[in-house]
Amino acid sequence: METWDLLKNVWFLLIGVLLAGYSVLDGFDLGIGALFPFLAKSEDEKRTLIRTIGPVWDGNEVWLLTGGGALFAAFPLAYATVFSGFYLALMVVLFALILRAVSLEFRAHDPARKGLWEAAFVGGSALPALLFGVALGNVVVGIPLDARTEFTGNFFTLLRPVPLIFGVLGLCAFLLHGSAYAALKTEGALQARARKAVKVLVAATSAAFFLSYIAVWIDMPGAVKKIPAWVFAAIVWISLGSLMRSARKANDKRTFLLSSLTFLGLWGVVGAIHYPNLVRATDPALSLTIANASSSALTLKVMLLIALVGMPLVVGYTVFAYRVFKGKVGPGDAGY
Amino acid sequence: MDTVFLARLQFGLTAGFHFLFPPTTLGLSLLVLIMETLYLRTKNTLYKDVSAYLVRILGVVFVMGVSTGIALEFAFGNNWAAYSRMVGDVFGAPLAAEGVFAFFLESVFLGILVFGRKKVSPKTYRLSAFLVFLGAHMSGLWIIIANSWMQTPAGFRMEGGRAVLEDFFKAALNPSTVVRTVHTILGGWTTGGLVAMAIAAWLLLKGRFPEKAALLMKASLAVFAAAAVLQLGSGHAHSVQVTRTQPEKMAAFEALWETQEGAPFTVFGIPDETNEKTHLAVRIPKMLSLLVHFDPSGKVLGLNEFPKEERPPIFLPFVSYHLMILFGLLFIFIGTAGVFLQVRKKLSGARRYLKLLLFAVPLPYLANELGWISAEVGRQPWAVYKVLKTSDAVSAVVPAGNILFSLILFTLIYALIGAAGLSIVLKTIRQGPGDEQAGTHKGAA
Repeated sequence: METWDLLKNVWFLLIGVLLAGYSVLDGFDLGIGALFPFLAKSEDEKRTLIRTIGPVWDGNEVWLLTGGGALFAAFPLAYATVFSGFYLALMVVLFALILRAVSLEFRAHDPARKGLWEAAFVGGSALPALLFGVALGNVVVGIPLDARTEFTGNFFTLLRPVPLIFGVLGLCAFLLHGSAYAALKTEGALQARARKAVKVLVAATSAAFFLSYIAVWIDMPGAVKKIPAWVFAAIVWISLGSLMRSARKANDKRTFLLSSLTFLGLWGVVGAIHYPNLVRATDPALSLTIANASSSALTLKVMLLIALVGMPLVVGYTVFAYRVFKGKVGPGDAGY
Repeated sequence: MDTVFLARLQFGLTAGFHFLFPPTTLGLSLLVLIMETLYLRTKNTLYKDVSAYLVRILGVVFVMGVSTGIALEFAFGNNWAAYSRMVGDVFGAPLAAEGVFAFFLESVFLGILVFGRKKVSPKTYRLSAFLVFLGAHMSGLWIIIANSWMQTPAGFRMEGGRAVLEDFFKAALNPSTVVRTVHTILGGWTTGGLVAMAIAAWLLLKGRFPEKAALLMKASLAVFAAAAVLQLGSGHAHSVQVTRTQPEKMAAFEALWETQEGAPFTVFGIPDETNEKTHLAVRIPKMLSLLVHFDPSGKVLGLNEFPKEERPPIFLPFVSYHLMILFGLLFIFIGTAGVFLQVRKKLSGARRYLKLLLFAVPLPYLANELGWISAEVGRQPWAVYKVLKTSDAVSAVVPAGNILFSLILFTLIYALIGAAGLSIVLKTIRQGPGDEQAGTHKGAA
């Protein structure tokens, strides 16, 4: 394989890694935000739940920004098509993320508008948790593109059944991950509610995964025939099954690790059925792939160097930070 | 309405609003690092309390910066898809590098600064303060690399209508990167320094925590005064660079209609673009040539050298540039007066000076925004200088109505979080640099 081709494949993989990293890390922040009114009842519980993510959510969100930046740098044509084509949907995601980013700090320090900032936290977490899946579903099942690879649909094109099923699957997985993290980091009534939520959500996630797999099978019969897709799907099923068992045994650490593994498996399935496409077009000849949408070999090489130097450091100090804040969180701990 | 106009308005609004916060972060993160270093050296808990106070303020400013920064990461694809397609090969890498090398660092260690005082050793805490400082400044560097490449593009070739990277270091260290980085960072230190001075002044005027206020004043005055004086040099170097690499921009800054040998510096004037004249002009003969060429009879290119459709607007860059310089000179005056009072040990009691500081707080913000407006409007009509026009850079598929919709929502949401953020910062300031535990508890309640 030529170096350039190799680099394109490496970057397809690395963007997947960044997005999977984002799902595993910020995924539980989004899940906790969306489940906030259901898990925490008293002010003490609310504060505890917020403190489980207080010191880390911001670093977690950087995975998304870096993933977006990497997509821009490695595959600018795909970035341009998706971000301009999905304009209104992405604006909704953007406004949600903007409000969520300030909501925790503001909720703590602006008592007069506590309700507003709490709503911003919940809505700002739930909407992206749903819409990320919808957006991903659209690029996977295909969107109408013209010869200049410009999106020719509109906002409602994005709300077709299959992408919506992807959205529901993503939402369930985020909620599952959030409740698993809450069970791991809290105690008492809050933890009991989180554990209960895990059990419900593992069933919901399994159902949504089954549905989306069927939907993809009907929509793109060729895609699911790939062996890696089956392997990753098996990983998802095994981790969901083990998750159910560990949830019953109230083994919170194992539950959280398995919900993380579920995310990795889901990204594996998506990567396997989607490769080598970045944005599938309704007319396959117009699809944006790693072959026709990538940056030059030099840019990909420079970026790889940046990633190889930078990402081990990032992982290293992220692990350090999680160790600093490890253990159960209570209402009296430092935080918002 | 015109999509190009709306897209520019939206980018201007969102970037201009965002640009209130990172400069504050640059200055405050430096002050936190200074306080933590002094605390580690002297074990004097006064430093620790002042640092904790600044960290609380920094925490709020930082989330405002993060929140408003996300929009800009999206914006290139959202509104500038043609731009992204054409220059993504060069322009995307610094944005990704900012995430990898800077933003992760800043975010993760700010979490430790805000929440981890009791969970890590004092040395690790100081290291975290250093890494937040480093992350904030590296973040500035990468963003300015991206911006500078738009101003003075280098290290690439055009291939099939797209810019293709040829030399990463030439692109990153293009002719305006270093001087613009220094200029922007000094602007940040001026901003954070003056904000901290004003906070200390307010505490001194109210007679609250006089010892801590005096410490904060001393450190922030040192940062502010040094940055203000150094800014004179960096601003000058930046102007020299603009004259060399973007002569029509300098001609717009100075409303220099005709090329002149021995060009004057226009101190005041009202440029009139239609008649190509500057009304009520007050000029210092030969000064511009002296400043940019170190030679009173040096030749400075005028606007007449450039075809009309490739000239930047004149009025806005002219006014912004001159006001920025005026504020810069004012900062040197405020800094020098402060140092003079400090040396004579009269600063804490100089009530008129302290009050002046309170009123001066908006000025560095204005100076930052004005400098940015001069730089970006002065680059027009180009998105990437001499490579891609702004009017050719927008997303073809986003209708004007959609941009208008998002623009209205941006305005409303930014007004909301701007007002709430300001009131929270003021509330945090009012709590004062009390005992750290009490402060945290109060903040949490």
